[in-house]
Amino acid sequence: MEIAETPFEFYTVASLTRIGNLSAGTLAEFLAGLEQCSDSSIFHHTFQTLGTHHYLTEGFSNDFAQWVLADANRDALAEQLAALDIRDYTSIAALRHDLSHVVREFIEQHPEFAQQQTLERFYFCESMEVTLSFGLSARTLDEFHDGVARLSHAAFYFHFISSRLRLQLRTNDFSHWLADSLGLKNLAEYINRIDIYTNTLDSARAKLLRLVERERRKHEPSAVGEPHPVV
Amino acid sequence: MSPVQLANRIPLSDYAAVIGEGEIDELRTLARPLAGRSVEMVNSTAVGGGVAEMLNRLVPLAEELGLAIRWEVMTGGEDFFEVTKAFHNALHGEAYHADPKHFEIYRAYNEQNLKRLPLDAEFIEIHDPQPAGFIESRQAGKNHWIWRCHIDLSHPNRSVWDFLEPYVAKYDGAIFSSPEFARQLPIPQYLLYPAIDPLAEKNKELDPGFIEEVLGRYSIDSSRPILTQISRFDRLKDPVGVIRAYRIVKRYFDCQLVLAGGSATDDPEGSVVLKEVKDAANDDPDVKVLELPAWAPLEVNALQRASTIVIQKSLREGFGLTVSEALWKKKPVVASAVGGIPTQVIHRHTGLLAHSVEGTAYQIRFLLSHPEIATRLGEQGHQHVKENFLITQNLKRYLTLFLLLSQGAAN
Repeated sequence: MEIAETPFEFYTVASLTRIGNLSAGTLAEFLAGLEQCSDSSIFHHTFQTLGTHHYLTEGFSNDFAQWVLADANRDALAEQLAALDIRDYTSIAALRHDLSHVVREFIEQHPEFAQQQTLERFYFCESMEVTLSFGLSARTLDEFHDGVARLSHAAFYFHFISSRLRLQLRTNDFSHWLADSLGLKNLAEYINRIDIYTNTLDSARAKLLRLVERERRKHEPSAVGEPHPVV
Repeated sequence: MSPVQLANRIPLSDYAAVIGEGEIDELRTLARPLAGRSVEMVNSTAVGGGVAEMLNRLVPLAEELGLAIRWEVMTGGEDFFEVTKAFHNALHGEAYHADPKHFEIYRAYNEQNLKRLPLDAEFIEIHDPQPAGFIESRQAGKNHWIWRCHIDLSHPNRSVWDFLEPYVAKYDGAIFSSPEFARQLPIPQYLLYPAIDPLAEKNKELDPGFIEEVLGRYSIDSSRPILTQISRFDRLKDPVGVIRAYRIVKRYFDCQLVLAGGSATDDPEGSVVLKEVKDAANDDPDVKVLELPAWAPLEVNALQRASTIVIQKSLREGFGLTVSEALWKKKPVVASAVGGIPTQVIHRHTGLLAHSVEGTAYQIRFLLSHPEIATRLGEQGHQHVKENFLITQNLKRYLTLFLLLSQGAAN
């Protein structure tokens, strides 16, 4: 079995929500909030919320879309906001740009809705994070498998979802290490394709572990060719 | 001040069966840099109400993780608790006529308690308005003071808030249960949800025979739908409104209503409201008004588990932990969109929200007509609580706060 020169270090992240000073009671205020709030706030309501609401695999994408749907009652705009896939973004600035663009365009097309009062206000919050080493590392695929299986939800989220911003690449920590350190480019690609919107963190992890197990079987002495896995 | 006698300790490892080994490992990882560091929690009652219940669980777990944590309860006479109850209601937005004597009583009891309390821990957390004035004893730069507000401050009575705000502004930070409760303050404000303990008597799995026994004890018929609201007898929980909603539902479904709760030691109004509720029930044999001694946790658990639908029709709410208790038991919940309830009940995902007696009745009828939707909401509600409102999550957020404060990063 391949042994990586650079081990995969497992980390965990704990976050605390700080309540910001911005809130919105109309779509116009919401747009202003999107443009003015901190990067940490955009992160909190998109990346972070996907982690904390991962068990809702239908009809929930990010806080912005949920508020526009439930409190502003603008289904079409909510759909557009929900359609922004955080996997396409490696910077908060780009994500903020697109979120603002969608809302601005809607307001330009439907100025009559801009000042309409919403049921509840939207409160812009921020995530404050502490990152700590789990004291666990992996140099082989076996060790990697066992480490991933032991991770908390937050740790899995940290490596699999929020890592994109850290890496500034359209991939995740796991795929990045598997490709770079173990040379398992196909496995890395299959893992990166796991849909984080239609899976819970548990089911995403289970899929990832199945892919790793399949890869391990390939390296067993009696292994025969495997069909391409469906993620 | 009196150090509180804690409930039976449950080892942290027992929670692994509920939340998984990984989550326990994570708590240990977060606690490692905080080992031996001192924390002091201060509130105004050791029994009754969500705060005391939560501290009863949080403190031993934090202790097991190596933190030197203490829980103190401030003392006060009836006059003090009458004043603070009036403050509590006023902060929730009820009418209040400012009486300078009330402010004097508040200050006098705060000063009296301060004489007996060292308040020298590295992290001091003061819960709710009753002991908020303790901040006056703070020595500059010595330790971290946090005010934990469990009240909905979105529409506070001006005179009471004007009195409290100068105290609150002296803390290093304030914690609220919902972003809408936060005020414009010169200090950082954090969001931290209260939590339930899945292994406590109130929430643990029960033997079906015991549930039947409890139903039998109160002559509740398990073959007909049971609607339940568990909360202390407090006007802000609108028990009379629940009876009105039940009467509307009763026209369509042969159901029963259970209103069960107890009184907190810091709530002198309880017996008055209980009488109002009994009057409103008007001897209807299908309305059970149960006054439970010190919340009788196993009985509350049994009543929640036996319920077809759990209601929380509060007019104002701090957070409403009874909602999380019901969701944890996979019960469909119909609740008012007030306070921290919408955080727990994500409309159409983890329960149904209502804004009136009629709305509450309609949502109950909808769920009684669509049991498959009720089941799905209950299942998703359970996951929601597991992820956000268990005591282990609460502990994790406190550890995070202490780490951030000690790193000077909390600002």
